[in-house]
Amino acid sequence: MDKLLEVKDLRISAYNDDAVEIPIVKGVNFDIYKGQVVALIGESGSGKTTISLASLAYTKPGLEIVGGEILLKGEDVLKASPLRQRELRGASVAYLAQSAAATFNPAITIGEQVTESAVLHGVLTQEQATKRAEALYHALELPNPDRIGYRYPHQVSGGQLQRLMAAMALCGKPDLMVLDEPTTALDVTTQIEVLKAFKKVIREEDAAAIYVTHDLAVVAQIADHIVVLYGGEVMEQGTADQIINHPTHAYTRRLMDAVRPTPEAGQGSDVGEEHFREIPAVTVNRMTAGYGRKPNGEPAVTVLRDINVNVKNGHVVGVIGESGCGKSTLARVMAGLLPPSKGELKLDGNGLNGDMSDRSLEELQKIQFVFQMADTALNPKQEIGEIIGRPLEFYHGLTGKEKHQKVVEILEMVELTPEFVSRYPMELSGGQKQRINLARSLAANPEVMLCDEVTSALDSIVGANVIKLLTALRDKTGVSFVFISHDLSTVSSFADEIVVLYAGRVVEQGPTDEVLTPPFHPYTRLLISSVPEMRLGWLEETMNKREMAVGISKGVEITAVGCPFFNRCPVAIAGTCDTKTAPARELNDGHQISCHLTIDQLEQSEAHAAAQVAKMQNEPTSPSAA
Amino acid sequence: MTEEIVNEMPKGEEIVAEIDKFDELPDAPPKRRIKLTWLGKLSVVIVVFWVVIAFIGPWIAPFHEMDIEGDDSFLDAYDNFYLGTDHLGRDTFSRILWGARMTIGISLAATLLAYCMGITLGIAAAVKGGWFDMIVSRLNDAVLALPSIMLGLIAIAAFGSSIPILITIAAIIYASSVFRIARALGQDIMVQDFVEAAKARGEGIWWIIRAEVLPNAAMPLATDFGLRLVFVVLFISSLSFLGLGVQPPQADWGSMVRENLQGLSYKSYAAIWPAFAIASFTIAINLIVDDVSAKSGGSLAKKMV
Repeated sequence: MDKLLEVKDLRISAYNDDAVEIPIVKGVNFDIYKGQVVALIGESGSGKTTISLASLAYTKPGLEIVGGEILLKGEDVLKASPLRQRELRGASVAYLAQSAAATFNPAITIGEQVTESAVLHGVLTQEQATKRAEALYHALELPNPDRIGYRYPHQVSGGQLQRLMAAMALCGKPDLMVLDEPTTALDVTTQIEVLKAFKKVIREEDAAAIYVTHDLAVVAQIADHIVVLYGGEVMEQGTADQIINHPTHAYTRRLMDAVRPTPEAGQGSDVGEEHFREIPAVTVNRMTAGYGRKPNGEPAVTVLRDINVNVKNGHVVGVIGESGCGKSTLARVMAGLLPPSKGELKLDGNGLNGDMSDRSLEELQKIQFVFQMADTALNPKQEIGEIIGRPLEFYHGLTGKEKHQKVVEILEMVELTPEFVSRYPMELSGGQKQRINLARSLAANPEVMLCDEVTSALDSIVGANVIKLLTALRDKTGVSFVFISHDLSTVSSFADEIVVLYAGRVVEQGPTDEVLTPPFHPYTRLLISSVPEMRLGWLEETMNKREMAVGISKGVEITAVGCPFFNRCPVAIAGTCDTKTAPARELNDGHQISCHLTIDQLEQSEAHAAAQVAKMQNEPTSPSAA
Repeated sequence: MTEEIVNEMPKGEEIVAEIDKFDELPDAPPKRRIKLTWLGKLSVVIVVFWVVIAFIGPWIAPFHEMDIEGDDSFLDAYDNFYLGTDHLGRDTFSRILWGARMTIGISLAATLLAYCMGITLGIAAAVKGGWFDMIVSRLNDAVLALPSIMLGLIAIAAFGSSIPILITIAAIIYASSVFRIARALGQDIMVQDFVEAAKARGEGIWWIIRAEVLPNAAMPLATDFGLRLVFVVLFISSLSFLGLGVQPPQADWGSMVRENLQGLSYKSYAAIWPAFAIASFTIAINLIVDDVSAKSGGSLAKKMV
């Protein structure tokens, strides 16, 4: 095999205002061979993005490559002239940024952008490039591959855009692709679709790639060689099989621990009875809500239809579904930020006004909303003490020393030291910011905390710590949580009850263990199968499952009639599912599935699917074994 | 490579202890302090110098601004007439010292007033939105559409020229640009999650403006304040230059340039010195603004002009 890229003793440093050198990358070595995918894995701040960018001889502003060499086919790119470096970028080494939505120019057609770099570098003529792009669209299994090049970025879905970015990178036949967390921001179902396409196209094109991520489960599916980074140093490196199946370094093991477990029954924590009360903390009854307003008083766009949810005291209710299913809208309705158009809300059994401005101070205090992005949810100009102190002052009238004492107490609850009081959000790490975000809501002494995707923006280790913290808080204070996430495995390890939302309707709900044992609603099954497992060959196995064949690669569509999951459902009954609203079928223990199929029918289809999987696992031809 | 690491690895229980060593890595950038370049520092010295002069000028000036003490008009420097005399034989140096109070005082007062009006209305329009925003914004557009000097001329023609009227006119004209900036900043901040968090908490409108919006708008507004002050100085000076600003015999830098313009043909510097004073003050402020905005996240101030 030919060595494509050699990174030798790479050192990169930053300089602060006083010109003091801060080493970011401290002597990293690794090689990439032709046709190989090398994963750089580590949490945020480990220098993985910095290293990957250095292979294009590029650093972010403020950073400087202070030593080492990067040989691309024997040529040191760091010593190349700026003109030569420009030739290499895009033509020899292509970079795929994390967010495709931010990479594409919304005013230019997709085809033009995909072919631009190849034509610019003179690798292909416009005609050849367009042809090659079309071939790539086919290879990436994009819908309407002959037409998609003429569309604009906003006309395709997020997952499709992510794949189109791969086409953009591959169009000029680069020797090396750099993929920077290309699936991190995606739903699990979309992630599979993108991973599958990447893997296929990399193999077909015999391209080499650097794959940057913090998610070991994803790495297990796509990488040949894994480099584990921490604080700018290589902790461990080896083949995917070595690292995944026989990790030796403590840090790798720690990364392993943070990998989300497969959602299975029996993980949801037992609820202590000490906080239990007969009356649910929050009740949502036959609620419909949406955005905009038509003259007849109905919302212009109805997002949620006929929702019934009970949040019991001291319980954690997990709300899951893909993006666009109305999870955040549900939380916003509970918080009073979006008044529902129909239905009623109750707090402690008493009626609760749908509009926040008509709620009493006590009602406001009892329901607290935790925003998804701690980066934007904390005022950058306020000290932590002020941020946490405000709810104390606002709801409980605490001032001066009393307030300060309570702030310190709350900081302790979220496992931070008192010295944080005088710091600004800017000076904190992502995980610490999320703790402050939680602490602010906690300071109100609420009955219910609505957590909107609080772990989605964090990497796996930090996210796992936040979940641990939430569990501890629930046990200690008896606060109820509504925990919204698109990630079923996070929810299943933490929630007592699960509500599965699809396109604005509850398709399944009940205690965690019940929801996670068959029979499932077909959508729940799709979500469960989409959670990546940390073993080689999982991706291929999953893609062969029946629910994947139909369910993946179609988006969420909100429909007014029938079951919204109709067009993605492997067991849909044409003529029934698309015309009539699915009946809610009661199972034991408050477990409910909304489906036209009877429970027996669902169980049968379940058994059928299980048999299929068992058959597949027995076949020795799976690619992981090869 | 891998074997080496394997050998270095701690075994069994050591690993458990080892795991705790890997703390969450901070992603905090180093704290940014505003550090001025030498040009910026020099500019600060110049601005402070002129502001001090504005306060103490009349007491340290050798002559009164109105006294005709010189031997003749348009003389070069002699005796204690350090910068010569003007077209009436008054001491140019003393008149610059007296004029600092007028020029800087009027501009500062007008700019402050413009800021009070502009920020209050702009933030209120951003926070309240709806019809209030609509009415105020359209009125503001009307003011913006009029050429500022013409507007000034008409207003002075109608109300006569006095210092309070001069300040008010300048303030109203420049409040419209401040309004625009404050409203745009306010709208940006209003859609941030932390404002929504405050709303969800049930905070009133005053808290949101005072604690959430204003602190985040302060820095860009402050950079703009420096620029706006320069515009006002130039505006007042141009009005004075046309003879409609500060009325003689009171001294002000703009009118001094106009009065002494004819002296240029007699090789007199009487018009150059006040022009130099205006230039040094306004350029110095501009340089400080440049420095500050470069440090506080780039081209924001430049975008606003």
